Amino acid sequence: MTAALAAPSPVGGAKTRINDFSIQVATVNGSGSQTANTVLLRAIFQMGVLVSGKNLFPSNIAGLPTWFTIRASAKGYVARKASNEMLILMNPETAKEDIAKADPGALVIYDEPLQLDKLRSDLAYTPVPFQKLVTASCPEPKLHKLVKNMIYVGVAARLLGIDMEEVKKAIAKQLKGKTKAIELNQNACVAGYDWAMENLEDQDHIKVVRDNKTQGLIIIDGNEACALGALFAGVTVVGWYPITPASSLVETFIEYAEEYRKDPKTGKSTVAIVQMEDELASAGVVLSAGWAGARSMTSTAGPGVSLMSEFIGLGYYVEAPGVFFNVARTGPSTGLPTRTQQSDVELCAKCSHGDTLHVNLYPGTMEECFQFAYDAFDLAERFQTPIFVVTDLDLGMQNWASKPFAYPAKPYDRGKVLNQQQLAEVKDWGRYKDVDGDGIPFRSLPGTPGGKGAYTTRGSGHNAYAQYSEKPEDYLEVVDRLKRKYETAKSHVPGPVFRNQGSDKGVLAFGSSDPAVIEAQDILAEGGLKTDYLRLRALPFTAEVDAFVKEKKVVYVVEQNRDGQMANLFRETYPEHATKFKSVLHYDGHAIDAKSIVDQITAFEQK
Amino acid sequence: MTTTTSATPTPAAPTNKLGFTKQDYVGSKSTLCAGCGHDSITAQIINAAFESSIEGHRVTKYSGIGCSSKTPAYFINQGWGFNSVHGRMPSIATGASLANRTLINIGVSGDGDSMSIGMGQFVHAVRRNIPMIYIIEDNGVYGLTKGQFSATADKGSHLKTGAVNDFPSIDPCTLAIELGCGFVARSFSGNPKQLNALLKAAFAYQGTVVLDVISPCVTFNNHDASTRSYKHVKDHDFPLHDLGFIQYSEVEEVDIPAGETEIVTFPDGSKVSIKAIHEGYEPTDRFGAMKAIHESMAKGEFLTGLLYINPTQPPLPEVLNLVDEPLATLGEDLLKPSPAELDKIMQALM
Repeated sequence: MTAALAAPSPVGGAKTRINDFSIQVATVNGSGSQTANTVLLRAIFQMGVLVSGKNLFPSNIAGLPTWFTIRASAKGYVARKASNEMLILMNPETAKEDIAKADPGALVIYDEPLQLDKLRSDLAYTPVPFQKLVTASCPEPKLHKLVKNMIYVGVAARLLGIDMEEVKKAIAKQLKGKTKAIELNQNACVAGYDWAMENLEDQDHIKVVRDNKTQGLIIIDGNEACALGALFAGVTVVGWYPITPASSLVETFIEYAEEYRKDPKTGKSTVAIVQMEDELASAGVVLSAGWAGARSMTSTAGPGVSLMSEFIGLGYYVEAPGVFFNVARTGPSTGLPTRTQQSDVELCAKCSHGDTLHVNLYPGTMEECFQFAYDAFDLAERFQTPIFVVTDLDLGMQNWASKPFAYPAKPYDRGKVLNQQQLAEVKDWGRYKDVDGDGIPFRSLPGTPGGKGAYTTRGSGHNAYAQYSEKPEDYLEVVDRLKRKYETAKSHVPGPVFRNQGSDKGVLAFGSSDPAVIEAQDILAEGGLKTDYLRLRALPFTAEVDAFVKEKKVVYVVEQNRDGQMANLFRETYPEHATKFKSVLHYDGHAIDAKSIVDQITAFEQK
Repeated sequence: MTTTTSATPTPAAPTNKLGFTKQDYVGSKSTLCAGCGHDSITAQIINAAFESSIEGHRVTKYSGIGCSSKTPAYFINQGWGFNSVHGRMPSIATGASLANRTLINIGVSGDGDSMSIGMGQFVHAVRRNIPMIYIIEDNGVYGLTKGQFSATADKGSHLKTGAVNDFPSIDPCTLAIELGCGFVARSFSGNPKQLNALLKAAFAYQGTVVLDVISPCVTFNNHDASTRSYKHVKDHDFPLHDLGFIQYSEVEEVDIPAGETEIVTFPDGSKVSIKAIHEGYEPTDRFGAMKAIHESMAKGEFLTGLLYINPTQPPLPEVLNLVDEPLATLGEDLLKPSPAELDKIMQALM
C-alpha cells in the first residue's frame, strides 16, 4: 500500500453540497469505463437521488479520450452542468488539460503515476494506486484494463458516502446475470472502497445522502423509449441503415421484437426488419411498405435524412405514410457524429425539393419519446405522409430517469382506407379527391380484391384521380389540398407544454433543451426576471403557439444550432411578429446547460 | 379512373381459368414512340398474365424513371402501380412485397435506371431475393433525355450523333448470376414467343427474376452503327433453346417430350421445358452459364433464353420467417403487447 495521503478537504471551506454536484470522469474509449460510469450513476440513483449522465464520447472504437459527467440534483435539475465538483482522471492523454479546465476547489481523483498534484494549488488531490489495487484484486491480468475502472467507483463511493450494497446491486444489474463478470467487478470495486477507507480521511465537500426522489422511476435512453413506442404502435416493416446516434433505436427494437413480435401460434415474425444498403433504400422501403398498408419506420441522423430527401418529397407528393426517426447529431456534413445538436430543424420541416411541408414531432422527455413514437404511426396513416420524430443524441443516447410509461390504450388509427366493400359502394372515387374538406383523401391498398380501387401512384404530376397530368389546374388542386391537409394536422399534433411564471417575456424551446431551460428559468426568476416558457412539441404550430407569440413582448427562442433555425421558422410563420424572436443558442456539440441560457437572456435584457 | 373495357366482344372472346378475357389485362394507351420495343414487351406481359390466369388485383407494378418506367401504366389496370424515383424501384418493390407477401410484383426498369443510377439498389434487391419479376428494357440509351449512352451500351458503339462509347458495358445477366439470382434470362423484344414463355415461367417463380430484354430504341438507337438496333440484334440473336412453360395445373395433362428436352420443376409444380439448340447447355450450371454468356459476348452475339435457373432459393419473406398473412392487415390484437408486458419491461428498467 502506498503512503497514506492527507485527507482531501474542500479548498475555501465551502458548505457541504448534499446531493447537488457534478462528477466528470475522463477515461480512454473502449476501456470498459462505460460500465463503471453507469454503475456509479445507478448507485446514486438507487440512493434515491435524482441523477443524470452524459457520455461525451469520440467517433472511435477504442483509444480516444472520452468523458462521462454525472450530475446529482436534489432540486431535480437534470441538464448538463458546465462546472464539476469532482474529477476522476484516468486518461494520461487529457489529464493535464482536464486539470487546467477544473473548477477551483474540485476534488481530483487520479491515477497516481500521473503526478498531477503539482499542477495547481487550488484543487484537492487524491492519487490512487490503481494498478497495484487491480493487480491485487483481479487474478486475470488480461482483464486488468477492463476492471481497473471499477476501482474508482469504489473510491468515489467511499468519498461520496454511497452505500456499497447499492454499488454491488448496480453492478449486478448492469452485467445482467454474467456471474463471473459481476464477481470480478464487485471485487475490484470493494478493493477501491477498502483502500479508500484505510488510506483516506473522509471529505465533506460533496456528499450523497439517501433520499426518496427516485422511487418507482426507470432509467432509459430516448432511443430505447422510441423503440418501445414503435413496438406498441405495431410497426410491421423496418428498413434501416446504421448511423450514430440512431442505430441503437432499431437495434433495441430488434431485441424487443425477438420477444414480443412472434405469432404465438406459429412462432413466425409479425415484423419485417431489413438492414438496407443505404438510407435511400431505407426510405424507399418505409414509404412503399406504408403505401401497401403496413406501419413502417426507419431511424437515422442528419446525413441519412439528406440522402433520404428525394424519397421524402415523393412520400409527401404521392401521400405515402411512414415514420422517420431523426436522432440528430452535430452537422454539417459528417460533423461531430458523437455529439449532440438540434441542427436539422429546417431540414426536417421542409425536407426535399419543391414545396414540401412535413409534420414533425419533438419529444422532450422519455415519456414523450415513447408516446410520440406511438402517435407518429397514427399520424402517418391518418395524414398519409412521412412523419418525422426528431430527437437528438442527448435524448437518444444518454441515460435519463423517467416515470414508467403509461400504457397507450388508444386504439390504432389506421386512417382513411377503403376496403373492398367501401370501394364497391363509393361513387366516383378519386385517390386524391378531397371529399370532406380536411385535405385528406381516401386511399386503397394494393391487393384489395373486387376489381376496384387500383390506381397508379406517381411522383410526376397527377390529378385527383391519380392520372398523369401536366394541367395547371390539376397541379394546383393537388398541391393546394396538400397545404390544407397540413393545416388540418394542427389540430392533431401535440400542443405545447407551458411553465409560466406570469410574465410578458416568453422563452420558447423544444426537445432536449427542456431541462436546461427549466433550470435557467428558476435562476432568472431568483434574479428577478420572470418568464413564461412554452415547450414546442410539434410542427405545424398549433393555436396555442399562435396565442403565445401574439401575447408576448419578446420570445427567446432557445435552440442547439448556430443559425437559429427554429427562430427562422417562427419569423417566417409570424412575419408581423418577426422582431420579437431573439435567439439563445448553444451549438458546440455538448448538451446545452442552464448557465449559457441565463447569460444570453441576461445580456439581451441588459441591452 | 379510366379503365379500358372492351365493347361487346364478337365473337365471345376467349377467357382464362379465372374467367377473364385478355382485355382485362390491358392498361392505358401507350405514349411511347410508334414501333418502340417496349410496347412489344408490354404486349407479352399482358399475354403471359392472361394465359397464366394471374389475379389482376394482386399485381403491383413498380418502376423508376425513364421510357421503360412509364410502361407499367400500359398493362394490367386491375393492379396497383408505383412509378417512383430514378433508380430506386427495387427498394419500393422491397417494402411493398414485405408489407403484403401475397402480392405479385412486377418491376419494369431500363438500362439507365438499373445499371447506372440504380445499380446499388439492383444489386441488393437481387442479393435479397425479393419476390419480383425484374424486367430491364434494355436499349443501351437514355431515350427520355434524348439519346445519351447508358452503362449497357457496348464499347465502341455509336450514338446517332456519331459519339462513340469509350467504356466497357455492364451486363445485367452475368451480374445477376454473380449475385446469386435464381432466375436469369435474356430475350429480345422482337422474339414474342420466347419472351412469352419466359414471362410465364417468371410468374411461377418465387424469388427475384432478372429478365434483360434487348429492346431497340427506334428514335435514338436504331441506326446501322448501333449494336442495339433491330437489324443488329436480329442478326446476332442466338437463342439457347426453345422454351415451353407448363403451369402446375396442366402438368398432368401435358405430355412432356423426352429426348433433348430438359425439364426444370418449380416448387409449385410448374415446369419449364428447355429444348436445347446450343449444344450441351445446362441452365442449372451457374459457372457454365457465366462461361457461355461471356463467350457469346466475345463473339458479338446476344445469347437469349433461360440463362440460369435455381428454382429452390427462398425469397425474402421466407428468409425473414414472416407470418403467412400480409403484415399490412395484421390486427392490433396481434401487434400491441399487453399492459402486463409493458409493466414487465418497465420493471426491468427500474
